[in-house]
Amino acid sequence: MAPGERGVNASAGQGAGTRGTASPHRTVTDASRGALTADLALARDGFELDVSVALGPGEVLALLGPNGAGKSTLLGLLAGLLRPDTGRVVLDGRVLDEVAATTHVRPEHRRIGLLGQDPCLFPHLTAAQNVAFGPRAAGRPRCEASELAGEWLDRVGLGGFADRRPAELSGGQRQRAAIARALAAAPAVLLLDEPFASLDAEIVIDVRRMLREQLAATGTSAIVVSHDVLDAVVLADRTAVLERGRIVDEGVTAAVLAAPRSPFTAAIAGVNLVLGAAAGDAVLAAGHRFQGVAVDELHDGEPAAAVFRPASVIVASRRPEGTSLRNIWSDRITAIDPAPGGARLRFEAPALQADVTAAALAELGLAPGDDAWLAVKAAEVRVHAID
Amino acid sequence: MSGRGALRDIPPIVVVPAALAVAVLVLPLVALVARVEWSTFVADATSPEAMSALGLSLATATAATACCLLLGVPLALVIARASPGVAGWLRALVTIPLVLPPMVGGIALLFLLGRTSLVGQALELGLGLRLPFTTAAVVIAQVFVALPFLVLSVEGTVRAAGTGYERVAATLGASRWHAFRRVTLPLAAPGLVAGTVLCFARALGEFGATALFAGNAAGTTRTMPLAIYTAFNGAGVSQGAAVALSLVLLVVAVVILVLVRGWRPGSAA
Repeated sequence: MAPGERGVNASAGQGAGTRGTASPHRTVTDASRGALTADLALARDGFELDVSVALGPGEVLALLGPNGAGKSTLLGLLAGLLRPDTGRVVLDGRVLDEVAATTHVRPEHRRIGLLGQDPCLFPHLTAAQNVAFGPRAAGRPRCEASELAGEWLDRVGLGGFADRRPAELSGGQRQRAAIARALAAAPAVLLLDEPFASLDAEIVIDVRRMLREQLAATGTSAIVVSHDVLDAVVLADRTAVLERGRIVDEGVTAAVLAAPRSPFTAAIAGVNLVLGAAAGDAVLAAGHRFQGVAVDELHDGEPAAAVFRPASVIVASRRPEGTSLRNIWSDRITAIDPAPGGARLRFEAPALQADVTAAALAELGLAPGDDAWLAVKAAEVRVHAID
Repeated sequence: MSGRGALRDIPPIVVVPAALAVAVLVLPLVALVARVEWSTFVADATSPEAMSALGLSLATATAATACCLLLGVPLALVIARASPGVAGWLRALVTIPLVLPPMVGGIALLFLLGRTSLVGQALELGLGLRLPFTTAAVVIAQVFVALPFLVLSVEGTVRAAGTGYERVAATLGASRWHAFRRVTLPLAAPGLVAGTVLCFARALGEFGATALFAGNAAGTTRTMPLAIYTAFNGAGVSQGAAVALSLVLLVVAVVILVLVRGWRPGSAA
């Protein structure tokens, strides 16, 4: 992946609207639908959200971030359930929010759907009546709406469950019905707030695939909030990472994961990230020099990141002598967690992870609190610039 | 089944006052039924006076309940969605007629709408309406005493249901009115039914405010409670008729209770 592939860096204030690239692997059926640009700021209870988001027609954006980063708040603002302090939201050329002009379109008139972790099916209605709710609210005749609901239930794999009440459905079936209900309302943009968080792992795979198919089939653009990297990989064209109310990383999903800019992105991508200053092909950080392979144009002294996999890290109890390894440093072990085939060691500063086999761990005889020597081959370290 | 097990764990002594409480509630009704003269019961209960009073009672209580639904459900919604401070004040205001002696309510209504009051004079001069001592006055008195039951009952369920489903309805494109009709009201159905029944029962039994504000004119304002009072005091119908009419009201109350229990989903059969 070339550095140029990286999409938007939506650091605050950038006019992200021009960069809303359409999906590389998705057939957009309705090119005029679901182009969303939003510049929003909201301060609340000591928390500040300041974000620019752009979504192309039919595009799916994954929004990842730790708890409390402001992901749900951002969705609430886009859906119109919350009002921003400042900012502007435009959907398909129509201004939904313009704080300066006190414009605020109510949620029911925005054509933006919202589906949360809890399916929130109306308990007094059957599955079919739930799905028909949106079309009925839009003024469609009863029979037409119920026909549409039947079609949607078929599409999400709930063909035989039309007359069941939510209480008579399983968790996975309820979420399927909720997805059908959200899409039957024909939103231009669908916001999904951790849609699989309450489902069992084996069900998630099927529901996620179904959601991807239906989003593609309808050409609905979507923002999927998650803290599961698989949601980003499977569903999204682009990924944005939100931390403490700001987007810290954004671009084509594969690019974001391959060259993380923030510790959170590195953690979900399962790689180590060392942030520091560029020096040749190396990153200077925490008093160490991390020599690697530059994948970006680097300028000495500018912020840069060194990225390497935990499995690439060599752990020793004594300083390795007489090797060709150029990256050698010592660090204190903070925790040892079980990992498939061995253990994952967590280190203090720089905060890193290293995977070792069970045999190697036994041989090392290390415990949390001990100092260990670490090494990594320069060829295993990718160094990229951070702008 | 679990009730019997738990009953063993309460102090045995409380069974005595509990039994007394049942006696206090039931014995008067037994005494009432015992005094019914069955030979004349049918004639008493179906006398023209009794039929007229029963008809008037059912009609006015139904009208009052309809008014309460029309006014009370919106008020319940406002209280349920208001900020805690405002809701607290409104709830206190609604509770006043509940704890007020109905007689006081009747006098208050008279001073608001009576012929000597500003509003009363305005109504009479402007619209030719004279409210006191009319059937409309009966309905107004019943609304005054019965409305709190409906409002508090509905408000409780609407507040408990929360706003989550209404938000979902909005993101599905439903207008606020559509969401109110199709989501808020159906979800509040248990409170709505309970409130309506309580409201109707209270309106049916209303005496004090009606007597003062609407009077006791046979055919226009003499509802069942007033007819019973009048009969018992020996004017018009006999004391036997008072007993017969009381029994009719008692039966109506029991029938309402049975209907509500039967309706409630998941209630113990």
